[in-house]
Amino acid sequence: MATGTFTNAPPPNAALKPVRARASRPRESAAMLWRATPLTYVGLLAATVASVFPIYYMFVVGTRSNDSLGQIPPPVTPGGNFLDNARRLFANPDAMFATGLTNSFIVATAVTVSVVFFSSLAGFAFAKLRFRGSNALLLVIIGTMMVPTQLGIIPLYMIMASETLSWDGRLQAVIVPALVTGFGVFMMRQYASQAVSTELIEAARIDGCTTFRIFWHVVLPALRPAAAVLGLLTFMTTWNDFMWPLAVLGGGDNPTVQLSLSNLSNGYYSDMSQVFTGTAIACLPLLIVFIVFGKQIIGGIMQGAVKG
Amino acid sequence: MTLQTDAGPPAAGAAPDAGAGPPPRPPATHRPGRTWPARLDIKASPYLYVAPFFVLFGIFGAFPLVYTAWVSLHDWDLIAQDPQFVGLANYQALLRDPDFWNSVVNTLGIFVLATVPQLLLALWLANTLNRTMRARTFFRMSALVPNITSTAAVAIIFNQIFSTDFGLVNWALGFTGLENVNWHSERYLGWVAVSTMVNWRWIGYNALIFLAAMQAVPRDLYESASIDGAGRARQFWSITVPMLKPTLVFCIIVSTIGNLQLFTEPLLFSSGASSIRGGAEREVQTITMYMYENAFAPYYNFGYGSAVAWMLFLLIVLIAIANALVTRRISGEGKR
Repeated sequence: MATGTFTNAPPPNAALKPVRARASRPRESAAMLWRATPLTYVGLLAATVASVFPIYYMFVVGTRSNDSLGQIPPPVTPGGNFLDNARRLFANPDAMFATGLTNSFIVATAVTVSVVFFSSLAGFAFAKLRFRGSNALLLVIIGTMMVPTQLGIIPLYMIMASETLSWDGRLQAVIVPALVTGFGVFMMRQYASQAVSTELIEAARIDGCTTFRIFWHVVLPALRPAAAVLGLLTFMTTWNDFMWPLAVLGGGDNPTVQLSLSNLSNGYYSDMSQVFTGTAIACLPLLIVFIVFGKQIIGGIMQGAVKG
Repeated sequence: MTLQTDAGPPAAGAAPDAGAGPPPRPPATHRPGRTWPARLDIKASPYLYVAPFFVLFGIFGAFPLVYTAWVSLHDWDLIAQDPQFVGLANYQALLRDPDFWNSVVNTLGIFVLATVPQLLLALWLANTLNRTMRARTFFRMSALVPNITSTAAVAIIFNQIFSTDFGLVNWALGFTGLENVNWHSERYLGWVAVSTMVNWRWIGYNALIFLAAMQAVPRDLYESASIDGAGRARQFWSITVPMLKPTLVFCIIVSTIGNLQLFTEPLLFSSGASSIRGGAEREVQTITMYMYENAFAPYYNFGYGSAVAWMLFLLIVLIAIANALVTRRISGEGKR
């Protein structure tokens, strides 16, 4: 009964307890211990309201007119003004909302495909191929996940704006630096080491397959669940990215959707219902993806956490 | 090494250089596939496969970060043809710059308000989710849904919720007798609003990570503890939290690094021309915003901005070390 930490070693007097035998009673008591109480549900419902309400409120304001925003008490039900707001939004020359949506789709798709491909390839190499220095290189990759690379955006901008590239204001400036991530490599490595059978790889090797054919025909199919989760997470992160796109595309006529939003909300006029309609439209693709694949995304995050 | 034996005949049974390959068995004649291209494939492929990350990270991650230090030693702006080396002058100016120190105070203030409640509430939520219950997936999904909205969207939504005249927060506060708080008028109020956005977006995500770790704790530990008469709270602090330590440390480090670099939330909290300044009186300007203000439009003062970036880097390292020391001390006490 010491106050210190519990370790995996059993408590000193555990041997005296007959309860540790595999009887049915302790199982029942254990189940009792973990059953949700009414208080659990109250807490979870409160958390759910806190999580969901701001998103719901976004749709409330986005479907109402500006007049109703000044009401006391504030409106909390959706209105019927969505199409009118959307018409003003897409006609707004400051926002260039249609361009923003298209650009974000291009950027996020390109980055997602590339991240999934290169991360799977590198993850496979780290998990299943033997090569000198692999452990050290993997440690470097884990280390890079903690490097605040955001602090390098000044030279990054100088590279992009240099005369040789002159990529500033162009989408490749946002796409190219993100083509493969340390997080992706690590995640795929973790999954590949338990999901891909070494015997299968050896068999393919004896049959004369090249390493790349092994990757393509044996490894990649086995990695599909993790690749899907990585793809979803990458798409979301890229879609939501803000600071670097602002630095390299900001002010130009080639925004991503997040820049369109910030241009809207930064305007000197305050057409809040138009801004919120834009915000809702920008969030909608991700919300749909999340509702459809939420279970897998949660599984992926929690799996990565245990091993990470 | 075997990699360079391309002079050998490509036919099967080619003897490799003496003492070359690590596999002890001789590359036997019954393996017709292991010609020199096959050996090259086996040797070189792994490096080829991991290379994209290192090349890309080197060019667009590590190099810019290091080069920032070089730029910070120069009087360097967008149009300068040959930047002047000025040594530590940028840093000296920075240390005497009240706007910089203002941004340091804001960064630390928001950092504390965004990190401590975030991790504590995430612990609570994870512990609450760690039960047998109905609608498990629903509750987990609703915990994570804030994380999939963009930072820009979060800032826009919460700006409205915190708005002075028609915001929901002020409307609710009205019932307690507080009249129309202007969340933009005081830096402390601004900190609260900005860190609310950060907390809202990240509590659920951290909770899921904690939950995953909690489910890995062997349940008979709790069984024995409850037989020994330990209550729920005691079990939580004496079993759950210590068993979660590696995960806790990881989450503390990650959220520290993230919350010291906040940019989008405080930027969009203030609208109009003063948004990069974090309000008319720089109420919520963080260090990252101050770096951006100097390095990009309209000033494009790369040298000074880079000095700000390196000071922030230093601050992150210092706080990370402090974190590590505190954690080591706590775990050291636990062992005794």
